[in-house]
Amino acid sequence: MKKFSVFIVIIFSAIVYLFAQTGTVDIKASVQRGKKVYTQYCLACHQADGGGVPRMNPPLQKTEYVLGDKKRLINIVLKGSNDPIEINGEEYVNPMASHAHLSDQQIADVLTFVRNSFGNKASGITPAEVKQARAKK
Amino acid sequence: MRMLFSIVANAILCTACVAQKAEEVTIKTPTGFSTINVVKDFGRVRHIAVNTNGDLYLKLERLEKGKGIIRLRDTNKDGIYDDTLAFGNYIGTGIALKNGFLYASSNTTVYRYKLDANQNITDINNPETIVTGLVDKRQHSSKSITLDNAGNIYVNIGAPSNVCQEQDRQQGSKGMMPCPILETAGGIWQFKADKLNQSYAEGVRYATGLRNVVGLDWNDEVNELFVTVHGRDMLFQHYPQLYNQKAGAELPSETMYMIKKGDDGGWPYVYWDHLQKKKILSPEYGGDGKKTGAPQAIEPLVGFPGHMAPNALLFYKGNQFPAKYKQGAFIAFHGSWNRSPEPQEGFYVVFVPMKNGKPSGNWEVFANGFSGFEKVDNLGAVKHRPCGLAEGSDGSLYVSDDNKGYVWKISYKK
Repeated sequence: MKKFSVFIVIIFSAIVYLFAQTGTVDIKASVQRGKKVYTQYCLACHQADGGGVPRMNPPLQKTEYVLGDKKRLINIVLKGSNDPIEINGEEYVNPMASHAHLSDQQIADVLTFVRNSFGNKASGITPAEVKQARAKK
Repeated sequence: MRMLFSIVANAILCTACVAQKAEEVTIKTPTGFSTINVVKDFGRVRHIAVNTNGDLYLKLERLEKGKGIIRLRDTNKDGIYDDTLAFGNYIGTGIALKNGFLYASSNTTVYRYKLDANQNITDINNPETIVTGLVDKRQHSSKSITLDNAGNIYVNIGAPSNVCQEQDRQQGSKGMMPCPILETAGGIWQFKADKLNQSYAEGVRYATGLRNVVGLDWNDEVNELFVTVHGRDMLFQHYPQLYNQKAGAELPSETMYMIKKGDDGGWPYVYWDHLQKKKILSPEYGGDGKKTGAPQAIEPLVGFPGHMAPNALLFYKGNQFPAKYKQGAFIAFHGSWNRSPEPQEGFYVVFVPMKNGKPSGNWEVFANGFSGFEKVDNLGAVKHRPCGLAEGSDGSLYVSDDNKGYVWKISYKK
């Protein structure tokens, strides 16, 4: 019995180790956690359907900002944005506040949620990637 | 083959008919009023003006074929505009007619065009620049205009900020004291209507502490300026310990003020709460949802539910509508976004009965149905958003939409 427990622990550790090494995320779990973060911090401006607000707050549906360069996306959440943002010929004028107060895990989860909701399908984002972007400043 | 052709043709026709129908809405008004759609598909139609000869001017927020102003004329008087003149290579919101001139604003500048005896613009390519160099930091950048009867023009300069925090829209960021934005924005500036190239130095800060006035009109009955203000966002999102979701949707009030020279509306330090009927201290300045503040600030004439975005104000001067509407205020509400996850509100034209510049009864929804939905949960699906108002010389009321570029004409018949 004891031997079996040790075996389980070893296997489990190996799995955790592998996940940590490859940076893979359990997308489903991350999306579920990310939805809660989205509801609390993002929904007011970007709306429940990710459609944003015309001319004010940009949409998150199938846009290059969401589906493209992960680093740029992570940095918008970390640093906020007050640059002109144009999507499909439409300019969005409201500034976005920095959300650096969220943890690496929360940012990874919410971005994984956004990249896999509102018609989007893209790879997840890991806490390690957020940590890396945060360290760069 | 013929059958195939017929199927394809039907499919094309049907797609076209569905696409067209999808934008049509039924506008509901009180008994006796009727509404017809007179303009379609001009894009972002912001404010509008109707000349004495019936010409309808549209100010566009996005250029259509490189032009930002449209004049529509009904040359044969059959009720259909048959002549379209496009000019002005700038976007913007404000447009007004006064004493033989057409005034129009970009987000930094006010221009005017001289009209001749036939109401034609004498030189459409070379307007005079009346005001220049106004703040445009993208947020709240539209410059609404109105004129008095003493040779002055009033320009709204919206605050490029939510509530003058050190970090705009950042949860926990404190409000700046005093708010430096108020030096060049967050108020109404007065300029001479006929003097060229005026900037801040030549203008007068007529009123301050007004976050973003989009609707404004001169009230001839009492000879004063009236404005409608867009209140601040994010009370619930940034202070969930002080405001629940419903309170955050309902507060602060959208407001209508009568403005005298030197007045202060209290932004960013306070906001109006129409439920408590008090000027409440903003939480960014130490407020808790109950403490009052800014004793020097004026109180609004009306406090509407939050975030509905009053984009146009018009005092009705005509005789076509029943007597109760005379000298009353019509307000076009663009519709909210900062009420989610509660349903959005607004997207209609409201009437406030007025006597001697004061409300003489409760406000009521006058024209509704623009959004195309009973309840708006999804802003992207909204069909039309009321944005501008104008009165024709026959006393009809015109309402513009800056989502799909429609204009409706509302008339009354006994």
